[in-house]
Amino acid sequence: MTRLRRFGATIALPTLSIVLAMVVGSIVMLVSELLVSGRLRPDLPINAYSALINGSVGNPNAIVNTLVQTTPLILGGLSVGLAFKAGLFNIGAQGQFLIGALVTVAVGTQFRTSEPGFVGLIVAIAAGTLAGAAYGFIPGILKAVSGAHEVVTTIMLNFVAVSTVAALVSGLLDVPGSPSPITLDVGTAALPVIFGRNGHLGILIAPVIAAALSWLLFKTTWGFEIRTAGANPEAARYAGMNPKRIIVYAMSLAGGLAGLAGATEVLGVTKHMTASYGTTVGFDSIAVALLGRTNPLGIVFAALLFGAMRSGAAAMQIQAGVPAELVGVLQATILFFIVASSVVRRIFRLRAAGPGLDEATTISRSYGGGDATRAA
Amino acid sequence: MSIPTEEVLPAEVVQAPALEMRGITKRYPGVVANDSINLTVRPGEIHALLGENGAGKSTLMNVLYGLAVPDEGEILLDGVPLMLSGPTDAIARGISMVHQHFMLVPVLSVAENIVLGEETMANPIFLDRREADRRIIELGKRFGFEVDPDLKVGSLSVGWQQRVEILKALYRDARILVLDEPTAVLTPQETEEIFAVLRRLAGQGHSIIFISHKLYEVLEIADRITVIRRGKVVGERIPSETSENDLAELMVGRAVDLTANRGESHPGSPMLRVSGLRVRDDRRQEAVRGVDLEVREGEILGIAGVAGNGQDELVAALTGLRKPFAGRVLLGDADVTGAASRRISEAGVGFVPADRHRFGLVLSYPVADNMVLTSYHRAPFARGIVRDDKAIARVARERISEYDIRTPSEDVKAGTLSGGNQQKVVVAREFSRDLKFLILDQPTRGLDVGSVEFIHGQVIAKRDAGTAVLLVSAELDEIMELSDRIAVMFRGRLVATMDARGADKNEVGLLMATGGEKDVSPVVTAS
Repeated sequence: MTRLRRFGATIALPTLSIVLAMVVGSIVMLVSELLVSGRLRPDLPINAYSALINGSVGNPNAIVNTLVQTTPLILGGLSVGLAFKAGLFNIGAQGQFLIGALVTVAVGTQFRTSEPGFVGLIVAIAAGTLAGAAYGFIPGILKAVSGAHEVVTTIMLNFVAVSTVAALVSGLLDVPGSPSPITLDVGTAALPVIFGRNGHLGILIAPVIAAALSWLLFKTTWGFEIRTAGANPEAARYAGMNPKRIIVYAMSLAGGLAGLAGATEVLGVTKHMTASYGTTVGFDSIAVALLGRTNPLGIVFAALLFGAMRSGAAAMQIQAGVPAELVGVLQATILFFIVASSVVRRIFRLRAAGPGLDEATTISRSYGGGDATRAA
Repeated sequence: MSIPTEEVLPAEVVQAPALEMRGITKRYPGVVANDSINLTVRPGEIHALLGENGAGKSTLMNVLYGLAVPDEGEILLDGVPLMLSGPTDAIARGISMVHQHFMLVPVLSVAENIVLGEETMANPIFLDRREADRRIIELGKRFGFEVDPDLKVGSLSVGWQQRVEILKALYRDARILVLDEPTAVLTPQETEEIFAVLRRLAGQGHSIIFISHKLYEVLEIADRITVIRRGKVVGERIPSETSENDLAELMVGRAVDLTANRGESHPGSPMLRVSGLRVRDDRRQEAVRGVDLEVREGEILGIAGVAGNGQDELVAALTGLRKPFAGRVLLGDADVTGAASRRISEAGVGFVPADRHRFGLVLSYPVADNMVLTSYHRAPFARGIVRDDKAIARVARERISEYDIRTPSEDVKAGTLSGGNQQKVVVAREFSRDLKFLILDQPTRGLDVGSVEFIHGQVIAKRDAGTAVLLVSAELDEIMELSDRIAVMFRGRLVATMDARGADKNEVGLLMATGGEKDVSPVVTAS
């Protein structure tokens, strides 16, 4: 009974945020239609939303496509969510994703036809994951040693990652003679398609990783240490844990997850990289982690929602004539309401959790934090 | 209001109450925090409000201060009903509160702190500093505690900071002054001084509501005492007609043993030996400046001292949370100087930290997780890295019943428990381990009589079982009551060590305040 109520309280805020975002999305549609065509079309939101739903889960192909879109969001969301659990705000999932993807391609393209496929696949995935972990290790060690705030360092490292991709893809990894900078295809290292047209193996990897992370966080002493360092670094120190070391581990693990997201994306979807490899997965992952309330299971559902929106956006544009960019408006608005939770609570008259009892306080505290790195 | 008739009325009735709270009822989900409480405070009266934690004192004062809206009842100021919209409103009507934790900005001067939010402007841009200084000096003269308005508040002793808080209220023309546990942080001498100030305030017609746990203080200072238990007024007393035992019984609802019932100690061989210990604080200042001490098995060594004299750093160094830069710490035969807290803990050192919210507990965790916070990594709570949730829950349930912790279950978040029960969780966790040495830092701060009694009993039991106990407390009463030997810490040194039997409380208090030196100015710079 109490468990059920606790569950209800946990999903109330995300659900209401989604509802509010849909209302805001409707208003945006109606107003922009009014401004553009001078007509008021009250049926437009319903048409758009039903096209969005239809385009994301309306047929087997759409469902597979939704799952493909969901995969990197789950892994990226887990990356940001794990960092949150440790009291860290990993804005660097984007950079870790890119570095992971880049190294995966660089390694994957070395395997051509001589070895069996799975060797290249495993080596490439491992390389990408480790590269992401190394890229997460940097802000982790900087914070532990000097107290440099991970929000600042990861934002900077995101720029470094974008430029590194551009430099290597147009230089070392560029296919000679190609009209624009592009890498070779990963060939036999690619993730095999197991469902429909494009349902690659990564679709299965992501939920397995989510379950493993959930186990790690809630069923092991390591997870207990990570959560304690996040919830109360001073208590963690008192309890004989080493918050600085936990910061380094957690950031590395978070980077590894984002790197794995990058690996599955290039091995399962794009198969190569261009110099201006465009993605917002790393940033969307922040929204996914917040919507999923930093919990692995919640993150899986939040990623499904965002994946479905990305996947159905094209159908919405074609069938209802609403630009696909509306999906961006919806995602941003959901995030807005999640972060400004007191606004939602006021609108729906929800009671707030007591001070220090809400997990979300970890998120806001991680801006001003640095507690864990206080001089011993 | 009926018009007074010509009949001779008792003196009490003639003197109209300055403040009357009638039938105040405040409900929160699941609890009635205040259940038709009546409280009458006369002009010039010091009225003590006594009650355990969670009895409803804070709720009642929040209602008075405009922070909570009562579900029923009314507040009358000089016989006129009033509706308060918030603290600003309350202050405007002459009701002020001096909080237990001072609301002062240390880097600002006394005058700046006092006028904050109530600035007199010389012109639209600049403050009228001279007028502010003049009023502050005048108020100080009138009530007998002059303070230099230009001094930085951070450089004042705790006792003087409190006076600044009171000046702040008086500057806003407060007529009803609420003091929330004003003596919790003071030495006996400072307490006497603040009592003199309160008496002078009352003498000039101010009404004071004095909230405290300390029964003898209430008996000394109050004109009348209202006792609250579980949201209801359970009695009103006049000090001359009551006793500490009577008040304690009213508060708790049963007979309470006020003195820790302890026999003689039987000290064994030295367990903790500290020599020449020197520790720096966060600002790299030397906070512990050469401490030697010894705690034997089966004895309690109490360290008395005004907060901020190096006790925090000493405790941190002994528990591995801070590395000393000189000296040695021996636990039995093992050298644990500068060892990590995990190693010290595994060597059999239990630690009840002063700030349970900051160190002792993770408030967002269930009680069960908090019960294993310092032993989560060991059998039976973990096998390898895998937690055994069942074992954790089982042991948590055992300790909950053994230590009489009031919680619906072990799954409830620690943050939802009352302060006394939270502290019992910390005590249960640390005391249940196989201990050689136990460090207690302010173990009963802010707890009610019942919880204090329980925890003190547990400490004595640990001592009698042969554990060496180091008790650090700013509450001299607690030191006097529990310790077998007493050491006084002053400015980073132990200035005196004595046998607790025959130790004089005033003498210890004087040592705490002056370190045994003569002519220490009342404005003492912390550290």
